[in-house]
Amino acid sequence: MTPTDTFLFEAESGNKDLESVGTPAVRIDGRDKISGAAQFVDDIDFGPGLLHAAIVESPHAYARIISIDTSEAEKAEGVVRVATGTDFPYKFGMYMEDRYIFAQDYVRFVGEQVAGVVARTHREAVQAAKLIKVEYEVLTPLLDPREAVAQDADLIHPDLDDYTHVPWFFPQTNTNIAHLRKIRKGDTEKAFAEADYVLEDTYTVPRYAHCAIEPHVTVSKLDFADRLTVWTASQSPHTQRHLFAEALAPLGFTHKDVRVITPYVGGGFGGKAGVSMEILGAALATLVKGRPVKLRWTREQEFYNTYQRQGVVAELKVGVKSDGEITAVEHKLYWDAGAYVEYGANVVNAAGLSATGPYRVPNITNDSLCIYTNLPPGGPYRGFGYSEFHFGLESHMDRIAEAIGMDPVEFRRKNAIVEGDELAYGAHMNPSGMLEAIDRTAAAIDWGVEEESDNPNTVIGKGISLFWKAPAMPPNSSSASFLKFNEDGSINITVSGMELGQGYLTVMAQIAAEVLSVPVDKIRVETPDTDRNPYEWQTVASHVTWSSGLAVEKAAIEARAKIFDVIHQVYGYEDDSLYLEDEKVKCRTDPSFAKSLSDFVIDGIQTEDGTWRGGPIVASGKFMPEFTNANSDPETGQGGHPNVHYTVGATGVILEIDKETGRIWVRKAALAVDAGRAINPDLVKGQITGGLVQGLATVLYEDMRFDEGGKLLNPNFTDYKIPTAFDIPDEIIPIIVEVPQPDGPFGARGVGEHTMIGAAPVIANAVYNALGVRIKSMPITQEKVAMAIIEKSEN
Amino acid sequence: MDLKIKINGEDWTLDVAPADTLLDVLRERVGTKSPKIGCERGDCGSCTVLIDGRSVRSCLVLAVEADGHEITTVEGISYDGLSELQTLFLENNSFQCGFCTPGIVLSATELLEQNPNPTRHDVQEALAGNLCRCTGYEPIIDAVLAAGDGGSE
Repeated sequence: MTPTDTFLFEAESGNKDLESVGTPAVRIDGRDKISGAAQFVDDIDFGPGLLHAAIVESPHAYARIISIDTSEAEKAEGVVRVATGTDFPYKFGMYMEDRYIFAQDYVRFVGEQVAGVVARTHREAVQAAKLIKVEYEVLTPLLDPREAVAQDADLIHPDLDDYTHVPWFFPQTNTNIAHLRKIRKGDTEKAFAEADYVLEDTYTVPRYAHCAIEPHVTVSKLDFADRLTVWTASQSPHTQRHLFAEALAPLGFTHKDVRVITPYVGGGFGGKAGVSMEILGAALATLVKGRPVKLRWTREQEFYNTYQRQGVVAELKVGVKSDGEITAVEHKLYWDAGAYVEYGANVVNAAGLSATGPYRVPNITNDSLCIYTNLPPGGPYRGFGYSEFHFGLESHMDRIAEAIGMDPVEFRRKNAIVEGDELAYGAHMNPSGMLEAIDRTAAAIDWGVEEESDNPNTVIGKGISLFWKAPAMPPNSSSASFLKFNEDGSINITVSGMELGQGYLTVMAQIAAEVLSVPVDKIRVETPDTDRNPYEWQTVASHVTWSSGLAVEKAAIEARAKIFDVIHQVYGYEDDSLYLEDEKVKCRTDPSFAKSLSDFVIDGIQTEDGTWRGGPIVASGKFMPEFTNANSDPETGQGGHPNVHYTVGATGVILEIDKETGRIWVRKAALAVDAGRAINPDLVKGQITGGLVQGLATVLYEDMRFDEGGKLLNPNFTDYKIPTAFDIPDEIIPIIVEVPQPDGPFGARGVGEHTMIGAAPVIANAVYNALGVRIKSMPITQEKVAMAIIEKSEN
Repeated sequence: MDLKIKINGEDWTLDVAPADTLLDVLRERVGTKSPKIGCERGDCGSCTVLIDGRSVRSCLVLAVEADGHEITTVEGISYDGLSELQTLFLENNSFQCGFCTPGIVLSATELLEQNPNPTRHDVQEALAGNLCRCTGYEPIIDAVLAAGDGGSE
């Protein structure tokens, strides 16, 4: 972004008070959602021609397919078509092409798709799928990432060297390491030798499930003109179109032949980013021309055959001086990335770049290893690697502070990264309100004031943790927008970011409303259809408020310029004397002039000779972060500028623990996040509340459990518990910090993912504060706490 | 099998299979799409509807069991504009993705019918069978408490 683009609007408008941006505008999708009008993919009617698909899945974590017999299924009632890997010997992948649509010779996780059945009814498809006989040679699975990196481990992907991948991945030949992100900065060895105190330990984090309440669902149709239309519950319509077109190119598809339509999505959290099961539906539809095919995941499949949050074993070593200055960090992250890492490898990459946490660290050795295992594919989940490594890192910071006799808040304040500090990869930190976030969070939980429980059976603990996160995205990922006026001065905007619940559509409307002086409720922002909405990379990385927001701001500024141009042509006022207010064009040099937008934004303005000027006001805007690049030295990670900026913040809790049962109640939780500028403060608070509760669940009870054969044991809401209305803190204090992002729309940056990152370590720290026991593996369940209390009393 | 039911005030006579669930019939036969398919085993509550004013998981109710009864979905309470509760949901941002919202609105509507001035604990209990992954529940509880007679408790 060039300096002239910075603060586009403010630069032009002077100090005009903002009317839409910064206000708690009512959500523009609100009526749809509370009235039952909101349509999700599964709610769309496709008529009597609709077919249904069911998928045959591997019962083994690792096996060679000997044979597949589909003959009985083909004869079954209602079956229209059966397909296997031989029908689609095509690879696909987001950052690395390591997946086949249907398994070819091998299956590499329990649940991997082996065959598909298309039938007239859902029941017939499910029944016929049971008739497909697959013979396997069962192999020994690798389920532990540290076993998978051992010298003599079997290779899960022997052809790894041949896989196509983005240039910033570094697969390690003849290993199960699909990508190794290294950071080398300064002289870590020397710094540890000279440190006054060094702490080294290992932290473990299991796998987690997104649990959007809407399961994945897709309907695909190849029409008789060879047009493939796919309706999906997705965060990534354009990326899906691109990957469908790429994977199915051997069948003759090009991008213009593929259309992806994404209505409202019932929650994503990363689980509906990229492409997972949707490619099965798209492929199957190519075999039954003219008929739409619906594939809907069951809740069980939702757990074991979409992306899962990757587990990690983190070996962390941190050195400090006696005054508390951090001098060196060595962080080795062993990621259980699963059977396919086409998306998950970038989680590993993002974590490796930022695994120092939000601290100023002169000497760094980070190794982030993306390790193939025979568990379901890992992938993006709110926090994108940061939630995982912050658990150990922020636990470690508390321990170091205690060891050197420093207050944990003071220790963090001293080392917190601030604007201009050098990052691990050599670029510099953006403006940030970290110190304000720390102070306001600490104040909200009365940090430093010891509290005693009234109940003799319980103890009170307090904790604090910091977080940071940058959007993880290719350096050229872009956003675009189209904007058009209607006769009454209302506006339709098309973008291709997704309304996942975060309030994206409303925020885009607020940005356009601000520039064009139109009320938010006169703006409709539509969900994507890749045929008519302009490009957006994906709705991930908490980047759309920033990136798509800039595209919308630019479109609005272009529309405004066109409006002023019409006025200039007809009335002669200079463009720079004109401004917009209350849906009218006004003039600084002629206060008597006021022209309503609705008078001319479609029909134009008639001149004295009876002819017309103007016409429909339409505009477009686009944004690409032209200052980033992902080219860096594979051995040191130095030289690139892979991240656009970081969003930072702090989390604090007061909790109460039953000393006998280990039960934890979160009495108060405070979370401060630096939104740069909160375009809609109520929506930022919504992210804080929702993200915090989601994060607390990962540390208090959620946990994916696998048996020794790699089969998920708890693929449902009875056995994998997510929070109910009872499982929330007694009080949540959302704190919005606003230190503007210079290149953000009105100074905004994203906050969505960040709000769950601090939850896990803050509980670990508060449990220690209450009981003096340090739990180094997630989740910190009631059982684990109770056992730790017993163990402590016995010692 | 013949099924006679009233759905959102309208009488229906439908020929249904014994294994059809009420959720199947509402979505596929009647076109009432606000009850959602979330887990198909009664865990998530996104298929919640009211039968004679009492909330049920329509994925666990066989359609024939609803014979002779009156079904209400969110469509049914949205005909004449929004209810007070729905308006409070808008004001409190008591939803994000909106997938669980129809079920939650119905569970809360039932609660307020039974108990016009619920406590925070009452609201939590009434909503404990409706999972929401987005909001953290707090803004939902706020809206339902505000809809209570006292306005606050």
